[in-house]
Amino acid sequence: MEWANQLCENRQFGSKMTDSKYFTTTKKGEIFELKAELNSDKKEKKKEAVKKVIASMTVGKDVSALFPDVVNCMQTDNLELKKLVYLYLMNYAKSQPDMAIMAVNTFVKDCEDANPLIRALAVRTMGCIRVDKITEYLCEPLRKCLKDEDPYVRKTAAVCVAKLHDINAQLVEDQGFLDTLKDLISDSNPMVVANAVAALSEIAESHPNSNLLDLNPQSINKLLTALNECTEWGQIFILDCLANYTPRDDRESQSICERVTPRLSHANSAVVLSAVKVLMKFMEMLPKDLDYYSTLLKKLAPPLVTLLSAEPELQYVALRNINLIVQKRPEILKHEMKVFFVKYNDPIYVKLEKLDIMIRLASQANIAQVLAELKEYATEVDVDFVRKAVRAIGRCAIKVEQSAERCVSTLLDLIQTKVNYVVQEAIVVIKDIFRKYPNKYESVIATLCENLDSLDEPEARAAMIWIVGEYAERIDNADELLESFLEGFHDESTQVQLQLLTAIVKLFLKKPTETQELVQQVLSLATQDSDNPDLRDRGYIYWRLLSTDPVAAKEVVLAEKPLISEETDLIEPTLLEELICHIGTLASVYHKPPSAFVEGSRGVMHKRLPARTGSGESTESPDVGTAAGGSAPEAAPSIIPSQGDLLGDLLNLDMAPPTTSGPPPPTTGMQMGGMDLLGGGLDSLMGDESEPPHVPPRMDTPRSPSPQPPSPVYTHTDYTYTDYSHTDSPPDHSPTEHSPPAELGGDIGGSPAMGAGFGAAPAVMPASLNAPVGGGLGDLFDLGGVGMPMGAYIPPKIVWLPAMKAKGLEISGTFARRAGVIQMELILTNKAMSVMTDFAIQFNRNSFGLAPAGPLQVLTPLGPNQTIEVSLPLSTVGPVMKMDPLNNLQVAVKNNIDVFYFSCQYPISMLFVEDGKMERQVFLATWKDIPNDNESQFQIKDCHLNSDAASSKLQGSNIFTIAKRTVEGQDMLYMSIKLSNGIWVLAELRVQAGNSNYTISLKCRAPEVSQCVFQCYEAVLKN
Amino acid sequence: MIGGLFIYNHKGEVLISRVYRDDIGRNAVDAFRVNVIHARQQVRSPVTNIARTSFFHVKRSNIWLAAVTKQNVNAAMVFEFLYKMCDVMTAYFGKISEENIKNNFVLIYELLDEILDFGYPQNSETGALKTFITQTGIKSQSKEEQSQITSQVTGQIGWRREGIKYRRNELFLDVLESVNLLMSPQGQVLSAHVSGRVVMKSYLSGMPECKFGMNDKIVIDKQGKGGGNGCQSIAIDDCTFHQCVRLSKFDAERSISFIPPDGECELMRYRTTKDIILPFRVIPLVREVGRTKLEVKVVIKSNFKPSLLAQKIEVRIPTPLNTSGVQVICMKGKAKYKASENAIVWKIKRMAGMKESQISAEIELLPTNDKKKWARPPISMNFEVPFAPSGLKVRYLKVFEPKLNYSDHDVIKWVRYIGRSGIYETRC
Repeated sequence: MEWANQLCENRQFGSKMTDSKYFTTTKKGEIFELKAELNSDKKEKKKEAVKKVIASMTVGKDVSALFPDVVNCMQTDNLELKKLVYLYLMNYAKSQPDMAIMAVNTFVKDCEDANPLIRALAVRTMGCIRVDKITEYLCEPLRKCLKDEDPYVRKTAAVCVAKLHDINAQLVEDQGFLDTLKDLISDSNPMVVANAVAALSEIAESHPNSNLLDLNPQSINKLLTALNECTEWGQIFILDCLANYTPRDDRESQSICERVTPRLSHANSAVVLSAVKVLMKFMEMLPKDLDYYSTLLKKLAPPLVTLLSAEPELQYVALRNINLIVQKRPEILKHEMKVFFVKYNDPIYVKLEKLDIMIRLASQANIAQVLAELKEYATEVDVDFVRKAVRAIGRCAIKVEQSAERCVSTLLDLIQTKVNYVVQEAIVVIKDIFRKYPNKYESVIATLCENLDSLDEPEARAAMIWIVGEYAERIDNADELLESFLEGFHDESTQVQLQLLTAIVKLFLKKPTETQELVQQVLSLATQDSDNPDLRDRGYIYWRLLSTDPVAAKEVVLAEKPLISEETDLIEPTLLEELICHIGTLASVYHKPPSAFVEGSRGVMHKRLPARTGSGESTESPDVGTAAGGSAPEAAPSIIPSQGDLLGDLLNLDMAPPTTSGPPPPTTGMQMGGMDLLGGGLDSLMGDESEPPHVPPRMDTPRSPSPQPPSPVYTHTDYTYTDYSHTDSPPDHSPTEHSPPAELGGDIGGSPAMGAGFGAAPAVMPASLNAPVGGGLGDLFDLGGVGMPMGAYIPPKIVWLPAMKAKGLEISGTFARRAGVIQMELILTNKAMSVMTDFAIQFNRNSFGLAPAGPLQVLTPLGPNQTIEVSLPLSTVGPVMKMDPLNNLQVAVKNNIDVFYFSCQYPISMLFVEDGKMERQVFLATWKDIPNDNESQFQIKDCHLNSDAASSKLQGSNIFTIAKRTVEGQDMLYMSIKLSNGIWVLAELRVQAGNSNYTISLKCRAPEVSQCVFQCYEAVLKN
Repeated sequence: MIGGLFIYNHKGEVLISRVYRDDIGRNAVDAFRVNVIHARQQVRSPVTNIARTSFFHVKRSNIWLAAVTKQNVNAAMVFEFLYKMCDVMTAYFGKISEENIKNNFVLIYELLDEILDFGYPQNSETGALKTFITQTGIKSQSKEEQSQITSQVTGQIGWRREGIKYRRNELFLDVLESVNLLMSPQGQVLSAHVSGRVVMKSYLSGMPECKFGMNDKIVIDKQGKGGGNGCQSIAIDDCTFHQCVRLSKFDAERSISFIPPDGECELMRYRTTKDIILPFRVIPLVREVGRTKLEVKVVIKSNFKPSLLAQKIEVRIPTPLNTSGVQVICMKGKAKYKASENAIVWKIKRMAGMKESQISAEIELLPTNDKKKWARPPISMNFEVPFAPSGLKVRYLKVFEPKLNYSDHDVIKWVRYIGRSGIYETRC
């Protein structure tokens, strides 16, 4: 490299005895020269040569040709030289595996050295040489080192197990190293414990279902003891590991919290954050009325604030985490607003994060201070920061009503600065303020209109156009203003085009006489000259609406809008919960689950907060469950983005929800979400049922609507929706022959009730969901009674273990879920000649952690030809291992004669828990959130139930129907299922009258369960 | 865990590259150079994700340290480790510079091998490391020495070795505080806090058991003395401790006990927000006279005992970018307009308590078309005062060494208080 060569020229400085001279080897014959030096007899010369080799290696030169010569230097009692050779080996062994074998002998010998430092060095280095052949030789020395008398060697060996596991996982298991590693958790030396914990945690991560760490109260106690004694890094490993544990009850949870809280005073921020993670997680289990709960909340604030005096990089990590904590538990930091005030010389990444948190903490109590600060920030230099500050002012106005007036006047002041990006940002947020407080601040419109020309960003233009359209009746020259935008219609972004279309239609409905031309112009621009399907569709809809029923059009387009929510940019609750479990880690910095940025299986398992209402595991302490029953789910809906936003996204609306920044997401992606849910509804609108729902419909020519399907559904920007009545005659699309505007003028004054095509008043989506019958999506939320639930489906008993195979013992059985308890119902028959006694049962690890919750109750001996029925309650807290098929269960039954093994498959429906009914909004959000790749479709053939019967039948098995809607005789049932391990499965079941084939689509974050779930549907529905 | 660690010079040439995990390839070295060091726009986050690989970086002078990973690592730990790495290197060879790194690259590799194993940070206390990573070549240790080293590195007191001897047992305590203030032009305190550190330099023999006491409100109230000593107690918002302090004991009894590392260590950090003594008050007056002239008048008042002297006082008054000329008159000290810094810098060497001083300036401006108004950055101040603005007082530091025969009385103790300005700003 350049600098290495530069130094070469300054060789006179080489006399200064420093290492940098090693970077200065001459180019010609370098390798040859080094070779000679490496083979020199003099130790010093050898060492010098190796240093040169390492220097070359660092700058990226290939010195692999020297491999044998360097390895020859390995046999030395000079520790420094040895380390250098090892460094070389680690780098090149992989490219020269055969030669690397040469080094094995020395390693093995070194592992026996009298000096513990050398033993440790050897075992540490061996693990870094990723050559398969070497790993075999590594096993024996590693085994010895794991039991070495010196803790330094043991702690190094513990990490080496993780290294070996990374190279050859099977080998580690076969050699029993995992058990040795588990034993090290009880080691007397705290550092050995810490490293063993780190290694085990890592290994466990790549086997998400294994129960490697096997945390129980005893081992937790050991970890907590080691926590007080080990290095700062060790404390981090242990705390991170503790966070994966789920205490049995609130008492255990509290006692762990008590022992973890002292860590909050550690100087190392990572120790503090990991402790915060443990506390945040275990706090979930504490009853809220407990004194300790509030004490703990108070204890959390000061350390979080202290993190802000750390170095800027750590501040950044801390702030990203605080952002999560504030969303989860706003009470912790609600009085600490001031510490998040931005300092003039904070790095920009710290400033932006602080601003985010300031808005989250803004409340009536502190709003004055916050506003004063934000105003300061809006005059700073950094453009992004200023924009964000301006937006923040708008968000304050929406969040704290009392401050709205002051916010608006602040924004007006900022608009007066005429700084282009400040003005644009201000207009975008003022639009949201108008939405939140209608008919209150319209006096400022005049000021806004003055700045029309300076707007060059689509979002700002769209916002301005929206304002003009919305308040067209108060703006004298609204038509002129909108017309001026129309000139460059095709150069505008989609967002602006759609907004312009809507605004002009609004204007027309408000001032019909003067604006006919304008509306015709925009409709024809949208429908004929545009190749954007969204724009065209909306154009057609307006057109038909205006031509068919102007009164209805007025009610639809000018319908009252639902209020927008106060909180925005909130993280979706399930993701938030997961991220809370990852406090301190990269996931919490990115605000993304690990699966979004980690490759392979590591860390893909979704973590969850422990539930306060223990579903299965807290049976020992029922008092906990009742104490705070249901408070966790209650909190959930409040954190969801407002319903409007949600549906807005679903249906591909372009008007961004308040203060969501950035350009509109790519249309096709968004469309998918909406289309999936709407399913046939939209298809029918397009009159093309054969089109798969995923493909956004494209219209190449103005097409006439199909004559058959009635009641299509659509929504548009303003979150209004309608089902407009079907026209018999296809509208004529040539504007010359089209004369609706003229007729409209007269009609519009008429009574709104005259809207003949309307079954009911146009519903506003989603605030009031009383959609007309057959109205599609509206119905989705308006599900009537679902009929009486029936009992859960229990498959008939089948023979699992024939007598032939089990020395006369025949076992048949089935699984059932009764009153929330999973039971294995067995019939044991003794077909042998002798009496059977001493029955016991055991399960192998399985996918859902099924395990017997008690012993097999066969009290009396089973005589020949006797039969006994037993039912064995099962728990789902056993060790977990993924089976194939997923619902396979391997069972061992023992009696006085022998041990017998069999495997059976359980219906996954017995894992469906009783609280599996999802909130509708959550359902929508989750459905959208799960990638389409995870969706699987199945057919259920020959099922003759109607949808209600199916729904109640399924409910008996804890498959809950959340919503139902009917589109052209096809019933769509939306259902949710929760598995005992917390996996949610969402389903859409389509039932068509007269057709005995059902279609079912399943969406789940763990798509592998879909097949099993489908089988259950089939079984339940057909029995 | 950490997959690799790279050190670059300011040009982006790699000086040290140590890869711990197989998933990190040589191309990661280049990815960071291209996307971060050579990035056209300044990178806006200390964590960068490039092609599913995450890079954590810190900069020391013009040296970049980057830790690389492909896993969901503990991000806070990675940064703490990078800082620690810098500390260790500084302790071994002084300033982190390109030259020093090249001169010590073998040592750095050896250190990296020791303090990071498979990406897991190991004992990184310089006290312990220096016992066996020496760079002095062959040093044959006796068996006892070896086991002493290993037990120290892995032991409970990893930061101190046994058998330290001093003829004179001595310790120095420095209470270093930085007082931060943000004040509105009207003199309203927008935010104020003190972040303080207690730095201890100890030269004590053996394994001394120490106990540190200060006028912590919680402790004083508990003892119920009710300020009998005339010692005002202070409310500490939060404090963190060096890893030698027994945290569980602090949590239970609020007593600070520890065995200190030999030499210097930062024993404690703390933060207070209540009853802060603000050593100076800045009263700004900015008047715009037409479009081409500004009149600035700033008064500073010192607010502490007249017997004490503040030092190194510096007031920085920002000026607009289009300043063409400045005339300054000040009663005390020296004031200068520094065009390159866009500020008037007013320096006063010493100032006693309860005094006030004033500066007035006339700033001439060039007419501009720039629509954007001057942002009026705040007036900032620097100073040093010989007391702790938080009011913290050291009450005692007791030393016990049961095995050696020196007692608490034989230890010579020195305590010093220094209050410095942190970010001490007044908006104008």
